[in-house]
Amino acid sequence: MADVKKKATRESYGEALTALAEKYENLVVLDADLAAATKTGIFKKAYPDRFFDCGIAEANMMGVAAGLAASGMIPFASTFAMFAAGRAYEIVRNSIGYPGLNVKIGATHAGISVGEDGATHQCNEDIALMRTIPGMTVIVPSDDVEAKAAVEAAILHNGPVYMRFGRLAAPILNDPENYKFELGKGITVRDGEDITIVATGLMVGEAAEAAEQLAAEGINARVLNIHTIKPLDTELILKAAKETGRIVTVEEHSVIGGLGSAVADCVSENDPVPVTKIGVNDVYGYSGPAVDLLKEFGLCADNIVATVKKVLGK
Amino acid sequence: MDETIKKQLQKTACSIRMGVLTGTFHAKSGHPGGSLSISDLLTYLYFAKMHVDPKNPDMEDRDRLVLSKGHTAPALYSALAERGFFDKEELTHLRHIGALLQGHPCIHIPGVDMSSGSLGQGISAACGMALAGKLKSAPYHVYTILGDGEIEEGQVWEAAMFAAHYGLDNLTAIVDNNGLQIDGKITEVCSPEPIDEKFRAFGWHVILMDAHDFDDIERAFNEAESITGKPVAIIQKSVKGKGVSFMENQVSWHGAAPNAEQYEQAMAELRQQLAELEA
Repeated sequence: MADVKKKATRESYGEALTALAEKYENLVVLDADLAAATKTGIFKKAYPDRFFDCGIAEANMMGVAAGLAASGMIPFASTFAMFAAGRAYEIVRNSIGYPGLNVKIGATHAGISVGEDGATHQCNEDIALMRTIPGMTVIVPSDDVEAKAAVEAAILHNGPVYMRFGRLAAPILNDPENYKFELGKGITVRDGEDITIVATGLMVGEAAEAAEQLAAEGINARVLNIHTIKPLDTELILKAAKETGRIVTVEEHSVIGGLGSAVADCVSENDPVPVTKIGVNDVYGYSGPAVDLLKEFGLCADNIVATVKKVLGK
Repeated sequence: MDETIKKQLQKTACSIRMGVLTGTFHAKSGHPGGSLSISDLLTYLYFAKMHVDPKNPDMEDRDRLVLSKGHTAPALYSALAERGFFDKEELTHLRHIGALLQGHPCIHIPGVDMSSGSLGQGISAACGMALAGKLKSAPYHVYTILGDGEIEEGQVWEAAMFAAHYGLDNLTAIVDNNGLQIDGKITEVCSPEPIDEKFRAFGWHVILMDAHDFDDIERAFNEAESITGKPVAIIQKSVKGKGVSFMENQVSWHGAAPNAEQYEQAMAELRQQLAELEA
């Protein structure tokens, strides 16, 4: 996919906030000393009076966001996924989730593709943590177009939203002219009847590429882009389960508690079919270039192809 | 303070204390000690200070109060009931299944501005409310009440730093310095002292106050109101269990409810105090 344009979704986040600031005058942005990395620095430059750095104090930032939302503002609390979902989990749960406040959490640098910074900063647990919070919406956009649309959808949704963005440049797969983001509605990227590959975030592109390789070998894989992990598009997933009989999930996240678990919960409760999960297999990451790490952890088209073939016994 | 007003506030405080006992007695659990130590403070705030309207609890420009030491919800609920936000009868259902009044403050209860109870979090929400007030040029003031044990939480100091950095002079934090926390004396558990110097070092204006003297409470809040450019911390020296002889300064009453006999005795003491005020 050398000819496809790429952009990191964290950059899309910063650009979307800036682009939407005029339209939504109550939108304010908080960060915890990572504005250059989360790309809220783009917003800060354009709207310095609506940007508040909380310093390296994520717990307080989430609480401040709660207070702002309780007073009619739409705060976007921004930091790395590790600190937003990990360090501040209990504040997000009790000060944002429980009162049901209209806080938007922009979590960047999620997953193994953080790269060289290594295990302490590679958050593979955030989807699991956030989806256990009642009333929390969890969105994992796959590319620039989807990420920007997700930011506006988050504003239009009244309630807490967790958005997961990446550090690594992701191929831009969606056409900005025709793309429509519907909260809680997955997208059929490619149709097929032999198996379904359910992907989210950065893995949507890999899944699409895998499906193309599989097609060349006579295997027609359906590819679903589940950009909203919660609420999950159970209708689309159950339809795929019924029509293709087998599911492979792929995510840049632990195989415990993330997309794979959500999909497995859904099908096992309704219409059981075998679900095979590709993700980080209950281990910590380590340092290295992001693209190489993704391959090491099997988060790539080649491993999706191999897994699908194994599942189908081919 | 005008003597008539003072006497009225003292009587109201007495009623609020009775509500604390009624609530925890019927709940068979809860935290009477720290509720009684903030009863005079809540009386002053809800009956002499704060701009609130029980008929319109979500009024946009109302003053806000976040009970960061959320376990003392019985005092907040009793004060809100006394002020007319909901029926006093609700206090008898405190902590029961299906009841309006949850064990810790919940934002969906009329008059409660923020869910709280996981310690250290309320002050951050109060900072957010104060910041929103600044952004909207709204006239409201935000109050938050912290326990002296609660300030052992690191988040409190993250919030303290934030409030001073953004010059939130529409925020007043009151630290209820009754000297006791669950495991014992605050100085013996993991001392947060000196509390006043810590807040001063974090850039706050600090006022010391006698928590059970309405003249002093008025003086402290008048001084707080005159401060601009920085947040104010009022350290109120209080007595845990204040108003009920056998609960005063007893750590065992931090999180234990009175039984029927103790409840009767406590209510008799408060009725006596009320009768003396009315005489």
